[in-house]
Amino acid sequence: MQTQMLDGGFTQPALQAATAFRSVMEAMARPGTIQTMVDAAPPAPLSPAAGAVLLTLCDTETPLYLAGGCDTPDIRTWIAFHTGAPLVGPSACQFALGSWADLMPLSAYPIGTSEYPDRSTTLIVEMPELTQAGATLTGPGIKETAALSLPETAAFQANGAQYPLGLDFIFTCADRLAALPRSTEVR
Amino acid sequence: MTDYNFAYLDEQTKRMIRRAILKGLAVPGYQVPFASREMPMPYGWGTGGVQVSAAVMTTDDQFKVIDQGADDTTNAVSIRSFFERTAGVATTTQTAEATVIQTRHRIPERDLTEGQILVYQVPIPEPLRFLEPRESETRKMHSLEEYGLMHVKLYEDISRHGHIATSYAYPVKVEGRYVMDPSPIPKFDNPKLSDCPAIQLFGAGREQRIYALPPYTQVVSLDFEDHPFVASKADHPCGLCGAEDSYLDEVIIDDAGGRMFVCSDTDYCTARQADGFKGKDAA
Repeated sequence: MQTQMLDGGFTQPALQAATAFRSVMEAMARPGTIQTMVDAAPPAPLSPAAGAVLLTLCDTETPLYLAGGCDTPDIRTWIAFHTGAPLVGPSACQFALGSWADLMPLSAYPIGTSEYPDRSTTLIVEMPELTQAGATLTGPGIKETAALSLPETAAFQANGAQYPLGLDFIFTCADRLAALPRSTEVR
Repeated sequence: MTDYNFAYLDEQTKRMIRRAILKGLAVPGYQVPFASREMPMPYGWGTGGVQVSAAVMTTDDQFKVIDQGADDTTNAVSIRSFFERTAGVATTTQTAEATVIQTRHRIPERDLTEGQILVYQVPIPEPLRFLEPRESETRKMHSLEEYGLMHVKLYEDISRHGHIATSYAYPVKVEGRYVMDPSPIPKFDNPKLSDCPAIQLFGAGREQRIYALPPYTQVVSLDFEDHPFVASKADHPCGLCGAEDSYLDEVIIDDAGGRMFVCSDTDYCTARQADGFKGKDAA
């Protein structure tokens, strides 16, 4: 049991984190594109892609909120060992992790301040499926339009209306990942 | 190489820079503060660009460095060999082959593509800094979208010189929201900032700021209806390759007033010469 918690991280942290970050950056820079992530094997029900994002971006400096079904002793132990990220509530977190329903309400998360809009939460949303169909996306990073299977549209429209404040989203499903920054217009 | 972590920086530093890059991409043109590190080179030599390059680089990359368009100047050579040594990354001088291009004050002539990342070295990231020295005030001005002062500065140019005399680091507005300093690129390069297929990242080491332009972001150079923005260059063809569409450096060639104009982008010029194009000063 305990030794399993030591596994599932990057075997070559510097190189794998670099590759993983490039995928996350491409996803954030080109909303609607779906990237495949390098291997991470976090405990169930966490997806490998979400695990890789945590390993790439989280450490002792990034308060993390585990929502609902992601808040299990196994996941807490795994995150503590591999990232050391302090676990906090939604109002103080820099990253939040969970299913769309578990992460609600979005009003609980910091959206940044008008002078520091970067001080907002990035939500890592675990998705049952992730395809390039559904809501239409336009904005920076998108040549004409893109499509992504978002869990809903109203919440993202409300988030976009707060620009330049707002939340940024990373969607994960198995070993795949997409992102939606606040600058994207959702229809 | 084994004496250093991959790409010199420690992993915690890279994570911090990576988080700043993601927030920069989410709010195009907004300057994200980051905890810039001491680098083994002096401030002003591209420490911000080097840190951003180190954070995005993978072992699969082809890395190119240009300094005012040239691959063979001191700054470009030393940064290229720094990453050859600390990251073992493959390097190239050809724009088309490169996947990560670190640049000081130029955008390559050749159109960038979707697979590429352009990393700018930025000395003063705050476009309003010479108009308002207090960071607390410029931050407020950005938050309130209060950019009148910048237009006054451009207007004063017109009243003094008859035209907008700002020729480099020409201010731009990103997606109708943030006024951004495009780093000291010549204003000839400004149109290339907009609708660019590549990801553009800006790193200012001494000033501890990172900002970004995702691909296909709309970037508009500030101007007036009766004094529209003009992307100017020296009115000559390149002396070596004859190109009429590239940005030119003026080179003094003797002590009798002789001079020639050559492409600032050495890769562009060399490739054209290899294709048989010849300017009037070519040997």
